[in-house]
Amino acid sequence: MKHTISILVENHFGVLARVAGLFSARGFNIESLAVGETEDDTISRMTIIVSGDENILEQVMKQLNKLIDVIKVNEISASSVKRDLLLVKVSSNKNNRKDLMQLVDIFRAKIIDISSGSMVIEITGDEDKILAFLELLTPFGIKEVARTGIIALSRGH
Amino acid sequence: MAKCPNKDGKLITGAEIITESLIKENVDVIFGYPGGQVIPIFDTLYDYDCFNFILPRHEQAVVHAADGYARVTGRAGVGIVTSGPGATNTVTGLATAYMDSIPMVLITGQVPTHLIGNDAFQESDVTGITRPISKHNFLVKDIKDLARTIKEAFHIAESGRPGPVVIDIPSDIQKASFEFNYPEKAEIRSYSPSYEGNIKQIKKAAELINKSKKAVLYVGGGVIISGAYKELIALAEKANIPVTMTLMGLGSMPSDHQLSMGMLGMHGTYYANHAVQKSDLLISVGARFDDRVTGKLSEFASNAKIIHIDIDPTSIAKNVKVDVPVVGDAKNILTKLISEVAETKHEEWVSTIDNWKKTHPLEYKQDDNLRPQYVLEILAEITEGKAIITTDVGQHQMWAAQYSNIKYPRSFLTSGGLGTMGFGFPAGLGAKLAVPEKDVFIIAGDGGVQMNIQELSTAVDKNIPVKIVIINNGFLGMVRQWQELFYKKRYSETILTGNPDFVKLAEAYNAVGIRVTKKSEVRDAFKQAMEIDNTVVMDFVVEPEENVFPFVPAGKALHEIIRGLA
Ligand SMILES: Cc1ncc(C[n+]2csc(CCOP(=O)(O)OP(=O)(O)O)c2C)c(N)n1
Repeated sequence: MKHTISILVENHFGVLARVAGLFSARGFNIESLAVGETEDDTISRMTIIVSGDENILEQVMKQLNKLIDVIKVNEISASSVKRDLLLVKVSSNKNNRKDLMQLVDIFRAKIIDISSGSMVIEITGDEDKILAFLELLTPFGIKEVARTGIIALSRGH
Repeated sequence: MAKCPNKDGKLITGAEIITESLIKENVDVIFGYPGGQVIPIFDTLYDYDCFNFILPRHEQAVVHAADGYARVTGRAGVGIVTSGPGATNTVTGLATAYMDSIPMVLITGQVPTHLIGNDAFQESDVTGITRPISKHNFLVKDIKDLARTIKEAFHIAESGRPGPVVIDIPSDIQKASFEFNYPEKAEIRSYSPSYEGNIKQIKKAAELINKSKKAVLYVGGGVIISGAYKELIALAEKANIPVTMTLMGLGSMPSDHQLSMGMLGMHGTYYANHAVQKSDLLISVGARFDDRVTGKLSEFASNAKIIHIDIDPTSIAKNVKVDVPVVGDAKNILTKLISEVAETKHEEWVSTIDNWKKTHPLEYKQDDNLRPQYVLEILAEITEGKAIITTDVGQHQMWAAQYSNIKYPRSFLTSGGLGTMGFGFPAGLGAKLAVPEKDVFIIAGDGGVQMNIQELSTAVDKNIPVKIVIINNGFLGMVRQWQELFYKKRYSETILTGNPDFVKLAEAYNAVGIRVTKKSEVRDAFKQAMEIDNTVVMDFVVEPEENVFPFVPAGKALHEIIRGLA
């Protein structure tokens, strides 16, 4: 079971190491991690995806809360807004370029760079959309992939 | 005091800010060891008469001594060491204090800020190294942050679940100047431990207690840290609930109180372990279900509902499923709980346990040989529980826990969580400095005592008259016991040949040495030692292959306890 945890932390040096160290010391697995400043530049938001049962989730959240530099820890519910950004370099040539462009269109992705043998495509979306897109690209020959990791916010209250 | 200046509002150096801040925190004893990157601090200290500065002969001992001081006073012990090797030598001490939730502020010197990250001489990544073994740590990169950081460090160390805090201070920051203003309060938006227990949870706990027939109170170091002894006894007496203590909890309730069952766990009493296994309700206060306590987890108190009171939410439901968790300060919560529970007698249950106490007491072979348990029993008798006992780690530690008849909180100091050999002696020095009027006995093995034996120098030099009780069995006894019982007596590297003559060793340091080889000499030897106003090393040459019983082998359930004499 995957859980999305959103953490507000002091924007200090060393905080990322504290959070990452906690996961490794306690044997919890991070599936993805994204960090960035918030609207308040003294605070950063980390979005972490962990997998594990409810007990593991409970321990992770409590341990994170215990870190002195952690201001707030929330589990982001399934219905919240989640986005991942993916850059993918895929083989392309004259013959398949059209098919690729169609796919890009359907997924509302963007072509950022084209060369004779490949193109780089950008797509944002939730996990499912990105996985589906990657699957459809596979037959063309995926050369490289880079992802930001999921960031998330709960919906307006 | 004459040379104890107040420099509020003045432009002073970072080193002065450090010393002035320590005055503001009412620090009276500082343990430290100098070196290149803390010379500015030591130079400033040269002008200050308001601290009792102690120079242990090894940085590990600096930290253990500060730890011992903290365990007795409840206030943060303070240490100052240099960068690189000075700081890395503190690692064991920090980990020891961290595992046992001991408040401490350790100041480490660091290479100047412009050299950080350059592999400079005596540079080490102290915040990186100490991160998993401290409650928190800081690297001060700007002199403007120095005073506030020290304030925060003391606050974090001493509040909530206490622990050691490290402040790494580059030497250029120590030399820079800034106006000194010590904050009144530490304000950390991301840190606010909760002390008040949730009243609904407390009521639920009381309901369970009122319904229970066979309740047991299982209490740990949290009761001592929170100062909840009176409340613990009041609760136990009101509902007539037997109490068992963890190694860290010893002293929460006098061990001769009629509801006390002594220690539980691997070397706990038969009756405490059986009571836990048979209980229908386990009320845990300030304890954390450590594996040395629970034995085989799946069979631990398997018929009991569990109430868990702890200030640290991460301790709760970490190892066992808890029916009623209550997060907060033990004293606070117990006070409220007492008014909610009904007066009960639990007659049948208490008499069952009283019966076990009679049929299965702690026991050892009674003959003419000098046995370690006898030495500790006589010590308890002579000191009447009024002394402070510190221990090292090994068999003697378990015998000390079993036989010291500990009566008062903060009078039994031992490395419970990390099990650090070399802890006992320096911790005893810290304890003696905290309460000079009390006798301090340090119980150690002939192995572990050599891990910080150099502190004889400190003890004699600073006239810190402690009594070191070496239980000399010629073995790394605790390991030998496991080898005897589980490894066919293959005593691989546990025979201590080449031990020094501890009496002569004491004399070489200008301390006093006493050797005891016979049962009949024990009492007089202790009396004699107590009359000597100097550090005394007592070498008790005991039965070499005595084992610690009772014993729950690792991985077995608590009721599968081996009694030894049968
Ligand atoms: C620093 C450290 N190293 C190793 C150990 C493992 N250990 C635990 S007990 C023990 C034997 C201790 O022997 P001694 O000090 O003679 O005490 P005894 O058990 O004989 O009472 C050892 C080696 C430890 N706890 N701490």
